[in-house]
Formats: sequence, structure tokens, C-alpha cells
Amino acid sequence: MSMNKETDEKMSVIARVLDSDIWYSFTRSKVTMVAALVTFLIFASALFAPIISPHDPFDLASLSLMDSLLPPAWNAEGDPNYLLGTDDQGRDVLSTILYGSRISLAVGLVSVAFAAVLGITLGLVAGYMGGRVDAIIMRVADVQLSFPAILIALLIDGTVNALVGGMDRERSAFTVLVISIGLSFWVQYARTVRSSTLVERNKEYVQAARLIGLHPFLIMLRHVLPNVMGPVLVIATINLALAVITEATLSFLGVGIPGTQPSLGTMIRTGNDFLFSGEWWITFFPGAMLAALVLAVNLLGDWLRDALNPKLR
Amino acid sequence: MSKFGRFLAASVLAGACATSAMAENSFDYAFQGSLKGLDPYTLRETFTLGILTNVYEGLIKRGPNLEILPGLATSWEVIEPTRWRFHLRKGVKFHNGNDFTAEDVVFSAERLNSEGSDMKGRVPVDATFEIVDDHTVDVILASPNPILHYEWELWSIIDKDWAEANDSMRVTSASDTAETTISLKANGTGPFKISEHTSGVSTKFEANENWWNWDNREFNIDTVNFTSISADATRVAALLSGELDMVYPVPTQDIKRIDASSTLSALTGPELRTIFLGMDQRRDELLNSSITGKNPFKDIRVRQAFYHAIDAEAISARIMRKQATPSAVMVSPFLLDNADQFERLAYDPEKAKALLAEAGYPEGFEIRIDCPNDRYVNDESICQAVAAMMAKVGVKVNVNAQPKAQFFAKILASGGYETSFYLLGWTPGSLDSHNIFANLYGCRDDAGKGGQFNIGGYCNPEVDALAKEILVENDAAKRLDLVTQAYRIVTDEVGYLPLHQQGLAWGVSNDVSVAQRADNVLRFEHITKN
Amino acid sequence: MLAFIIKRFVQSIVVMLVVGLIAFVMFRFVGDPVDQMVGLETSIEDRERLRETLGLNAPLPMQYWNFISSAAMGDFGTSYQFKRPVADMLGDRLPATLELALVSAIFALCAGIPMGVFTALYKDSVLTKLFQAISLVGISLPTFLIGILLIYVFSVQLQKLPSFGRGEVVDIAGWSTGLLTVSGLKALILPAITLGLFQMTLIMRLVRSEMMEILRSDFIKFARARGLTPRAVHFGHALKNTMIPVITITGLQLGSIIAFAIITETVFQWPGIGLMFLQAVQDVDVPIMAAYLLMIAFLFVFINLIVDILYVVVDPRIRIEKA
Repeated sequence: MSMNKETDEKMSVIARVLDSDIWYSFTRSKVTMVAALVTFLIFASALFAPIISPHDPFDLASLSLMDSLLPPAWNAEGDPNYLLGTDDQGRDVLSTILYGSRISLAVGLVSVAFAAVLGITLGLVAGYMGGRVDAIIMRVADVQLSFPAILIALLIDGTVNALVGGMDRERSAFTVLVISIGLSFWVQYARTVRSSTLVERNKEYVQAARLIGLHPFLIMLRHVLPNVMGPVLVIATINLALAVITEATLSFLGVGIPGTQPSLGTMIRTGNDFLFSGEWWITFFPGAMLAALVLAVNLLGDWLRDALNPKLR
Repeated sequence: MSKFGRFLAASVLAGACATSAMAENSFDYAFQGSLKGLDPYTLRETFTLGILTNVYEGLIKRGPNLEILPGLATSWEVIEPTRWRFHLRKGVKFHNGNDFTAEDVVFSAERLNSEGSDMKGRVPVDATFEIVDDHTVDVILASPNPILHYEWELWSIIDKDWAEANDSMRVTSASDTAETTISLKANGTGPFKISEHTSGVSTKFEANENWWNWDNREFNIDTVNFTSISADATRVAALLSGELDMVYPVPTQDIKRIDASSTLSALTGPELRTIFLGMDQRRDELLNSSITGKNPFKDIRVRQAFYHAIDAEAISARIMRKQATPSAVMVSPFLLDNADQFERLAYDPEKAKALLAEAGYPEGFEIRIDCPNDRYVNDESICQAVAAMMAKVGVKVNVNAQPKAQFFAKILASGGYETSFYLLGWTPGSLDSHNIFANLYGCRDDAGKGGQFNIGGYCNPEVDALAKEILVENDAAKRLDLVTQAYRIVTDEVGYLPLHQQGLAWGVSNDVSVAQRADNVLRFEHITKN
Repeated sequence: MLAFIIKRFVQSIVVMLVVGLIAFVMFRFVGDPVDQMVGLETSIEDRERLRETLGLNAPLPMQYWNFISSAAMGDFGTSYQFKRPVADMLGDRLPATLELALVSAIFALCAGIPMGVFTALYKDSVLTKLFQAISLVGISLPTFLIGILLIYVFSVQLQKLPSFGRGEVVDIAGWSTGLLTVSGLKALILPAITLGLFQMTLIMRLVRSEMMEILRSDFIKFARARGLTPRAVHFGHALKNTMIPVITITGLQLGSIIAFAIITETVFQWPGIGLMFLQAVQDVDVPIMAAYLLMIAFLFVFINLIVDILYVVVDPRIRIEKA
């Protein structure tokens, strides 16, 4: 009986989406469609980087210093083997961008997921339990806010490196970034979910659930989550863009992904040093890729927020 | 309204100051690091000591080519093997007007070896100073020491009376709770006085007209403004935009750009610092390696294989953009007369593979290299290039590049020498090879007794014995012979894997002329500006 | 009311203690301060002695207690690197950061609000598209790259604006200000834009969406129906109502401005507390790091406290106490 009902619900979800205002507003906005296309292309190229990229920049044995600092192929000194030129280690810039966006996106997605799960859980707990627990969680949120991602990363990086000295840096750097970016983002989710939970807590169905012996927490989860899904999605989209930028910023401070397996941010940071010396391609192409990604994701986030905001319809 | 009036007056005043500053011949420059305190005994670091030698002076002085010249001592002689006599310059005054006498030298020597000083040993701890007269001092040594005065340029002589009057007898230490005068103000004998100092940000100097050599001075500048600019791009931009007369160091890739400008040029030259790779030859099992139960680096064939696999020429040509000289010994040819006797093992990946196979590692192995990323010129890039080169002979090198704070915390004695493969740079502070045998090649125990900076733990008693002889040998030719013998042994045994002497690069406006010293010290007294 | 304020105040103090503790524990791992305080050639015995005098060998809880108890008295200890009291150093460097933060906030507001209003009112104008494009650049490129690009264009190529530092500063009662000299003001332009661009984008987008929402609300419809001029409706009613969230958000962004100042100050060698903090991290100058973090935490907690209290004062309907 209930199984059937769920299937029906799922079916109707798809139908509702195609029939919905959201889909309508999506098809109406050209900018959004372009943004969606760009986002899709970047995600796809990152996903299939090992297949589509001409070189494997992470295979150290294939690098030759003698191929370093070649300009893009259309340049007189360029090499057709390296369409967008090579960096100071002789890595193909195009391939490195593809592999690098893979890493940047992974950092972004994992840290946003981490932040969302943490934030939603804490928000629900705070909103439902109230009292002392609520106060503690919300004060922790205050503490959290006073430590922006940059500061957290600087501190966590040092800690992690000292604690797990044996681990190789490529892996530990990823963990450090995900934890520090994730930690700096959870507060928004927690606040949104908490306020929604506060509203729901005193509603009759929750009281009723309590009466019939169901754990109210489960009920809340089922009822609060759908309510907050919209705002959470918007926050998550915008956070994804912010996470990718933060990763790049952190690499400027020396706590990003290491240079042997560069992310977009690491490439920009290394390329930065070559900006005045005329080797612009090392930083320009990754910079353009990063900007395109962040821009597209942001535009999607904007559209999503407007589309989900009933007041704007 | 009156408040506004006061603001206005202040800004007019500031404007007036700015114009009067324009009239002077001022030299504005920036360096990567900052000047944190003015006490010349608090930090043994070349930049800090170097900038302070414009204000304070030592008994000796070094010229543009690092040749030893008379400083506050006009001459000196070795009367007995263990007794040196220094004749002090007469008529020298400190900036506050006090006379410079033998008392100040004795006081400075005591202060140098006192608690909290980071300069201990620059004057041997067991040396005693005797005042012969106001301008003559004898130094009595426990054992002969031909290089006693080598490091004395950067040993600043402090005015005893001033130190007493200003509560600066003790060396400024970090555990002090109150500020000491000497870390904020300077009173030396040098050609420049410090007129304004903002810790870690900027320092203003002005010419000292009462300098003993004022009438023969080379420089024509009245003021010097030093600013610290840590970000490479910003530092280069400040030079390119014409805001500064000089910046250093210039990143290797920007040299071309600076030279291309019609108003600027890049001054480049070899530095004394040798960049090298160190290999753990002490532990029974390497850290962070795929090989367990044994230490491949104990096998000389493995060390030779690493040597053959690394193309130092390519690193110097590409990563360093020719701003480095590949080196076969662990010392700059400036400091070793017959350095050209030594040759690098040839770049030969095939031979490297063969040697690895012979040593029992035909498939290579995995190892981590520890590397600073903000200490030496292109340090992280060098490590990455090493990893790529080693990959070609089957050795997987994981690069662990860290800021220097974390890097040194781990790899030095205090961190338990926690590395099995690392990149490091070394300049012998005394500008003499003995320093290298004592610090980098001397046998050590786990706590660091012995060769404290011999992180890889290379050990050959024969070399230790030679080092002892070198220390006390007064005859220059015999000494060179001993030094050469020792270098021969350590080079044949591949105790370290020397890469290159990194280059110095200063970006200078064409309006000024400066003397570039191989130890990267800028002396204001050689600056002229049109 | 008083009980609420006291309760929040106590909570705030606990927050500060926690921040202090976290900061303190983490510093143990950033590196060895002693290695950064002495030259490479300093002997092991001397290093050990220094460690002892600095109290680094004492048990951690003891170190924490010493640190917190003196910090409460306003004594943050002596900088390991500069051998100067940290409180003095913060005092010296704070004006630079505050002036930069202030000017960039003003820039963000003065550029962001009009752009937001305009884009909300004239949705299809070419100018709107341009504003939106500019604003998106502000969030699509990392701050440091924006800073370097500005330096490249305005300092290196055009040679119009300085690339580093504060220019001439005037000292007024211990406060060094760059606002009174031409070179000081010029030096502020690029860093303030770099730092403010992100906030400007945020404010513009916030104003735009709030405006659009309010313009559709009934109360604006009534105002229009009453025959008020569009000007009065837009600025007298709509914008006025947009300002409340804008001011709230701007206030909360102050902290992030100060955090992002770390990057901007590094790029422009701006002698503020952010640059000092970053260098302290590199040098493992624990007293400076600790004092900086505590100060930032204090700022945030303080702003939060004020905001919460204001809410209660302004809007009696909000009673955070249990209903």
C-alpha cells in the first residue's frame, strides 16, 4: 500500500517537474540554459578527463623539463602536441586543466556535501531539542563564523601535516581542504534548517506523532527536509562556486593541493608567478576555466533561488 | 570646524614633508624578508645582520668581492698561534657621540656569548679578550684558529656606555616582557643611522655625517628607505612601476622582463648557497618508502643511481633559467680554490637503472622527498622536477613541499630528523669549508650530537679526523690540501647529492649603481644614485 | 530583558574561551617557533634553553591557563619574532586594516546599492547586463588574482597607482592614517577595490532581489495606487525597506572583510594585522596568532551580541525565551 503510494509520488514528481513553473522558467531563461550547458560540459570533461585529455599530466615519467614553458600551439614557438602550451614543469596546460578541474570539483562537491550534512543535522537537532542544546549549537555556530575558511584551513593544514606526517601530501591536502571549507559553510544550513524546524516543532502533526508514540525526530526529518530543500539547494549551489574559489585562494596561501597534481587553483597560483614574465598562458587558461565554472554555477544558483522563491513568481 | 582645520594643517604639513623628502637623494628598496628587531645579536640570519652592518660595524669588513678589509680594526696580527692582536681605529664615534674604544670590543664579545644571544660561537666561547690599551685588544684562544676573524664583519660592535644607560646589556630575548631600547633603536659607528623603524614593515636610514670614513665615502645618497615586500609579484611590480630603485630577490622568470625595460636592469651573479639533496644513510628502514626492513640509501650504488638520474643541467637551464651553476661539491667555487677538480657524475638514466638493478631494485621503489616551498629559489619546482626525473628510472618520488616553518620543524634535530630524502640549501657562515665538514658531514648521534645538520646521517670517521686537522691548520697550502682530501672522500661516497649554487638576482633601476655581493648583503656605502 | 543580555554575555565569554582553546591547541602543530627564532646554526642546547624560557615545555593546560589569564588582562605576551608586546603591535597595525576595511565597505555600499537598485528597476537595460557582468567577475575570480591584475594594469602598465604599502601616513594621537595625504589615498584605491569587490557583488545582488520582491508586495501596490510618484515609491518606500537586510548583512560581512583582508594585505603588502597574522603563521609566532584570532573572535561575538540585543529591543515580538 505505502509502496505503491511512493511509486505514485515518484512518477508524479517527474510529471510535476516537467509541468512545473521551475521548468518553465528554466526554458524561458537563455542565460540559465547556457549556464547549465557550460556547467554540464565542465562536469563532463572533468569526469572523462582521463579519456579525452591528450596527455596524462600526473604521470611524472612522461614529463620532460625540455618541453617546459612552450606557448600555445598557434604561436610561432608553440608545439602542436600542446594545444594550450606547457607549464614550468613541461605539463600540457590543456590536460592539466581537465585533470585540475576534476580535483577542484571534487573538493567543491565533497566539502559542500560535508557542510550540508553537518549543517542539516545540527540545525534539526538544535531546532528540535531547543534549550541548552540549541544554545550550545548556535554558539558553536558563532565560533565557526569567527573562523573564516582561510583561517581554519591555515590551522587545520598545520595540524594535519603534523599529525599524519607519513601520509602523502596529495591525499592529506584534499582532506584538509574538504574539512576546512566544509566547516566554514555548515552554519548557513544549520540556521536555515533550525528556523524551519522551530516553525514545524509546535505544529499539530508533531504533537500528534508524539501522541501515537512515533519518535518526533523522524517525523520532523520527513516534514522539515522537503520544506528546506529549496533554500538548501540554493545555498549548496552558491557554496559550490564559493568552495572552488576558496580552494584557489587557499593555494595562494600555500595550503592548497600540491603542485604535482595541481587543481585549477594551484595552476593559477603557480601561473601567477609567470604573469609579468610573458608566460600568460599558464595562468590565463586555468583562470578562464575557473571563472567559467564559477560563473555558470552561480548563474544556476541565482536562477534556482528566483525560481524557488514564491514571492517572485 | 576646528577639527577639520587641524586635519587640514596636518595634511599640509604632510605634503610639506613629502616635498622636502623629494629634495634629498633617497634610495628606496624592498627585500622579501623583514627586519624584525634591531638588536644585532638576536637572530643569526644573513639579511638581518647584513642590513644592520650599515649601522653597526665589525672589526673587519668585507668588500664587494667579499675580500677581507679593515673595519673598526685597522690591522691585526697573530703574535703567537693562540694570541691575536687587533689594532683599533682611532677617532671613531658612535652615533650618540661616544668614543669607540677597546672596552666596547670586550663588552661586545661578552654580550655576544651571553645568554639569549643567537650569535654564540662567532667569537669562540673559550676565547678571552685582553685590553692592551684604549685602541689595542688581544684575543687569546684555546687552540689555533686561522679563520677566527672570518665571520666578524657581521659581529656588530656595540657601545658599552650606551647599552648600560639604556638597559640593553642583555641580549633582547623573546621571553622579555618589556621592550628593550636596543631592539627598537640603533647606536652604531656605521655610515648610516636609523631614523625611523616600524618592526616588520619599513625602516628609514639617513647618512651619518660623522662617520670616520665620511670624506672618502663612495655613496652619494642621503636617505635609504627599506620596505619589506613578501609577495614576489608585488615586489617586481613595485620595481617595474618605478616606485622603487631596487628590489631583491627577483624571481628567476622575471629577470628577462626587467632586463627588457629601458630603465631597469637585473643584476645577477652566483650566490654562495649550495642547493643539494640529502639521503638518509643512518636509519635501518627508510621513512615513507615502499621498501621495508632495509635502507636502500645505505648502498652506494643507489646513491649513485639517484645522482645519475638527476639532470642538474636541465634544472639549472629550465627551472632556474640559467640562474644557477650546477655543482659537483657541496661548496661554492668562490670558497674553494680548486673546486674545478671535481666533476659531477654524468646524467645517465640508463646507468641509473642498471645501478638500481644491481643493488636489487630493478623495479625501483617509492620514497617521499621533503621540500620547503618558501625558502630557496624555486625550491618546490626543483623537487617536482626531481620527482619527474626519478620517475623515468622507475623510482616513484612523492613530493611533500611545505612552508619552511613546518619543514624545518620536522627535518631538524628538534623534529627527530624526520625525513629520509630532502632538499636543503647551505651557506657556510664562516665562508670556509670547515663549517661544511663539521655541520653537514660530521658523524652524529640520534639527538644531533656531532654534525647537527647532517640530517641524512652520513658518517665517515676519516672525514671527521680530517675536519679536526683542518680546524687548527694555520698553513694555507696544507689546509687546502686537507680540505681537498676530505671533499674527495665525501664526493666519491656520494654523501650528498649536490645540485647547484643558486643565483642572486637583484632588480635595479639604471639610475643607481650598487655592489652585489655573493652573500646577498647590500651595503649602502657602495650605492650611488644619479 | 536584562536576564537575556546577561545570559548572552556569559555565553559570549564561553565562546571566547573555546576559541582561545582551539587556537591554542592548534598552534602546537603549526611548526616549531624556536626554529624560526634562531639561525640555522644555533646549537641544540641553546634551542632547548630558549624553549624552556618561553615556557614551551610546560604542560599544555598550564600554558593555556597562563595565556588566557594574561590575555584577559589585555596582555597577549611578547612576539617571538619581534620581541615586542603583541598588544602594542596590534595597536600599531590595526589602523591600517580598519581604514582599508572601512573604505572597502564604503566602496561596496556606494557602488553596490545604486547598481542593485538600477538593475532591479530596469531589468532589460544594457547597463543592467553590464552591471551584472561586472558584479559576477567579483565572485568568479579569486581575490589574489584580481589584486595582481589590478596591480598589473594600474601600477605596472599605467603607472598611476602604487602597487604596495600605505603611502605617506599622518599620525594623529597614535592613530596612523593614510586618509589625509594624497599618496595615502592613492594607495588605498586598489586594495579597497580588491577587498570590496566581493562585498559589492553581494550587496548589489541582495539589493536587487530584495527590491524586486518588495516592488511586487501589496504595500508598494497601495503606494502606487495612492498616486505617489515612481521616484517616491522606489526610493521612499521600496529602497527604505530594502535597507534593513542590507545593513544586517553588511554588518555580518565585516568579519569576512577582515578575514579576506589577509589576502588583500598580502598582495598589496598592506601593513595591517592580516599581513602580520599571515607572516606570524609562517614564522610560528604564536603570541601574534593567538591574539589575532582572539581579536577576530571577539569582534564576531560582539557583533552577534549587539545584533541579537537590537532585535529584542527593536522588535518586542521576538522573544527568544521559551514561549
